[in-house]
Amino acid sequence: MAAPKKGRRPSGGQGRPGRALALILIAMVALTGGMFWSGHTTPRLGIDLAGGTTITLKAEAEPGKEDAVNETNMNTAIGIIERRVNGLGVQEAEVQKQGTDNIIVNIPKGTDEEQARQQVGTTAQLYFRPVVAVAASEPAAPEPSPSTGPSGSPSPSASPSGKGGTDEGDKATAPGSSPSPSATTQGRALTDALKKAPSPSGSPSGAPSPSGSTLPAPAVSPSADPATDAGLQAKFAALNCADPKQRSSVGKAAKPTEPTVACGRNGLGQWEKFLLGPSEVDGKEVDDAKGVLDSQRGIWIVQLEFNGKGAKEFAEITGRLASQPEPQNRFAIALDGEVVSAPSVDAAIPGGRAEISGSFNQESAQDLGNILSYGALPLSFEEQSVTTVTAALGGEQLRAGLIAGAIGLALVIIYLVAYYRGLSLIAILSLGASAVLTYTIMSLLGPAIGFALNLPAVCGAIVAIGITADSFIVYFERIRDEIREGRTLRPAVERAWPRARRTILVSDFVSFLAAAVLFIVTVGKVQGFAFTLGLTTLLDVVVVFLFTKPLMTILARGKFFGGQHPWSGLDPKRLGAQPPLRRTTRRAPAPIEPKEA
Amino acid sequence: MSRLGNLGARLYRGEVGYDFVAKRKFWYAVSILITITAIAGLAVRGLNMGIEFKGGAVYTTPQTTVSASTAEEIAEETAGHDAIVQELGTGGLRIQVSGLDTKQANALKDEIAAGIDVPAKEITAELVGPSWGEQIANKAWTGLGVFMILVVVYLAFAFEWRMALAALIALIHDLTITVGVYALVGFEVTPGTVIGLLTILGYSLYDTVVVFDGLKEGSKDITKQTRYTYSEMANRSLNGTLVRSINTTVVALLPVAGLLFIGGGFLGAGMLNDISLSLFVGLAAGAYSSIFIATPLVADLKERDPQMIALRKRVLAKRAAAAAKGETPDGEALAEVPEGAAAAGVVGPRGRRGRPTEKR
Repeated sequence: MAAPKKGRRPSGGQGRPGRALALILIAMVALTGGMFWSGHTTPRLGIDLAGGTTITLKAEAEPGKEDAVNETNMNTAIGIIERRVNGLGVQEAEVQKQGTDNIIVNIPKGTDEEQARQQVGTTAQLYFRPVVAVAASEPAAPEPSPSTGPSGSPSPSASPSGKGGTDEGDKATAPGSSPSPSATTQGRALTDALKKAPSPSGSPSGAPSPSGSTLPAPAVSPSADPATDAGLQAKFAALNCADPKQRSSVGKAAKPTEPTVACGRNGLGQWEKFLLGPSEVDGKEVDDAKGVLDSQRGIWIVQLEFNGKGAKEFAEITGRLASQPEPQNRFAIALDGEVVSAPSVDAAIPGGRAEISGSFNQESAQDLGNILSYGALPLSFEEQSVTTVTAALGGEQLRAGLIAGAIGLALVIIYLVAYYRGLSLIAILSLGASAVLTYTIMSLLGPAIGFALNLPAVCGAIVAIGITADSFIVYFERIRDEIREGRTLRPAVERAWPRARRTILVSDFVSFLAAAVLFIVTVGKVQGFAFTLGLTTLLDVVVVFLFTKPLMTILARGKFFGGQHPWSGLDPKRLGAQPPLRRTTRRAPAPIEPKEA
Repeated sequence: MSRLGNLGARLYRGEVGYDFVAKRKFWYAVSILITITAIAGLAVRGLNMGIEFKGGAVYTTPQTTVSASTAEEIAEETAGHDAIVQELGTGGLRIQVSGLDTKQANALKDEIAAGIDVPAKEITAELVGPSWGEQIANKAWTGLGVFMILVVVYLAFAFEWRMALAALIALIHDLTITVGVYALVGFEVTPGTVIGLLTILGYSLYDTVVVFDGLKEGSKDITKQTRYTYSEMANRSLNGTLVRSINTTVVALLPVAGLLFIGGGFLGAGMLNDISLSLFVGLAAGAYSSIFIATPLVADLKERDPQMIALRKRVLAKRAAAAAKGETPDGEALAEVPEGAAAAGVVGPRGRRGRPTEKR
């Protein structure tokens, strides 16, 4: 795709048409083989053809914080949204950034669309809530809650790791020891400890953390009294966090000013349920948070920094919590109603700088850091468009597109046959080669770059039939012009090529430019269209150079075309060729092209 | 068909020809008239913007026995807004309600599902916030601007600035016509339309490039002869590539027509239809403009070039001389003269610039 070349240098494929043909045939076989080998024999379908929901969100900066919509923030937001959507148990949900401030969420069919929208569209709600009670929430066979101690009395020393291995991760920071860097690699650590940063020499977190169930302690609860609220108690008792449905609905609608129940995972990835007090610190007050490696202790920690208001609130809450017995000395970091971490507090933490340590690995520390800082982001999202397509309609649209394509193709072929007679055979074979290349590449691009064939992309492919056929027409007309000037076929084929080639390159370049610009500046559906158009334009060049031209050269040696049979589309009489003697051309005779015998 | 092939041959040799370039004033007038109509249509009727630009919801239901008018009542009652309901080829309905935000829209979907007695899950919904369209439109304008600049630069580089300018004017002309048709007929403008419109950019230029390529070649040694002025040469080139232009346009239109009629026939309105409609209109406009507008414009611009003015003088002088000798200054007759003779028998003032630099 360069500027048209001025010189008439012999074309690449001209001398060895067989080689070019072999090359493209090998490419086609390889692509087809690769397609079957990879098991992706059909292009991946977009939501509008396969069914599903697409949500387009636009980031909106709050007044005065316009520069908040930047790449880092967007990427963090994508991470969070991905987590939320996949938390619904969605398979293959896709969250992508588009343009500078759009996020596209593709949710395949079979997902609760409304729930997904709720999850996706809202800003992260991050609150720091005091923990009133914690209990395990085991799947299938609910762990027999050893109610150690009558309800009502705090039971700090509830069954300490009495049940063997399963409780390893919950084993608490023993008094005097520094927070256990127990090497759990998954999930989030709930038995983290919260400290003032830079960490003071390990003032221990008081009590061993309970495993099994710890019944709510009616201790001096700060505000309201979640512990004595019968309704909330019942809710807490009934909550089963092992059930994904309950999990995703619980706590979502909780008002920050009211106590609530919530689910969260402990260091072993087991679900626990929480009874939480009203929010004490809003996530918005977090200025910065990140997971860092504490080089002294060799463990991963999460550093937190609050703004002025947050620092004050945080000092207050930590001061109060520190004096409480377990588990009331913990507070939960609740993101969208889910407890992502519930560290215990050793001492009041003034100054707005704190760190959470515990059983973090690199990933979980950075994860929590992201979550915490996301709560502080001034990014909110507005739903721009929500498209839900049922699988039935998607299939119908795909069918309509394919039928339209087939009819378009048939019309083009009929026209070519009627007008170009035998020559149309070459055109049809070339269109076939183009189709094979387009299809296999599209199929392979699905797994490779996440290309999904959507309706506009189908349109692009259909429109491309015309573009591809245009190139053949340019070449064929050139050949016929040469024949009209009285040349025999073989010189005509060779002389026509450099000129046709230039026209094809220039016009394909313009098409490609249009597709590229369209792809770069647009959003959403338009991109699929532009992508297909660009791809097919490139393939058109490949096919014309490596397939059509060599095929033409080879067939020109044959009897049917070479003899310029009346049905070949190259019959000099029909074309009204002038006998060479009366040639009226104004052109200088071109240097004789090297003839391949 | 063979007759067309013959015509192609005669066009190619310049035996027959349509005087596009000489009659350019007429075609300019036609185009200006069309453009004024388009602009007037746009000003008076405006564009019928789809819900993607206004915000609202489109629901597509599966096959239902409820009539369109009943569905319209249900939708309007529930939404408190005007609803447009169309029946689709599939037996389903397409219900369009504007002026909703995405939250209200969901409730409406349930109501409609209950009203026409289909499960809510089987209703396809497209909910669009009001600022979405603005964003799309802005991107489209950006794309348009970027593309035009790039393509003008490229064409100026590949051909020459006059052709680039003429191509750009032809392009704007195509876009105006397409938009005008949309305004006058009242077709709905959707993102699909915008896609189509942007595609026309590339496509309309495809035709123009094919013609210009022929023109560039035809006029390569133009200053070395005295039979034709630039305009005449441009017209000959245009005629020579006419068959090619017609064929490429027809072949481009055929699949688009397939899309338009099948897309429409099967699905009522939708993305397929929107894209193909604007493509269809734009492609037709593009073919027209590449023949009737772009090339005559190039000729017009070229005729201002001193070299071409000199050429014109020489050509006219030669013709006057020939007429004085009693020969017919007819193009047909001239065409019969073998080239060698014409080149050798150059008469009339020979400008400095016109001197052949290369003898053949």
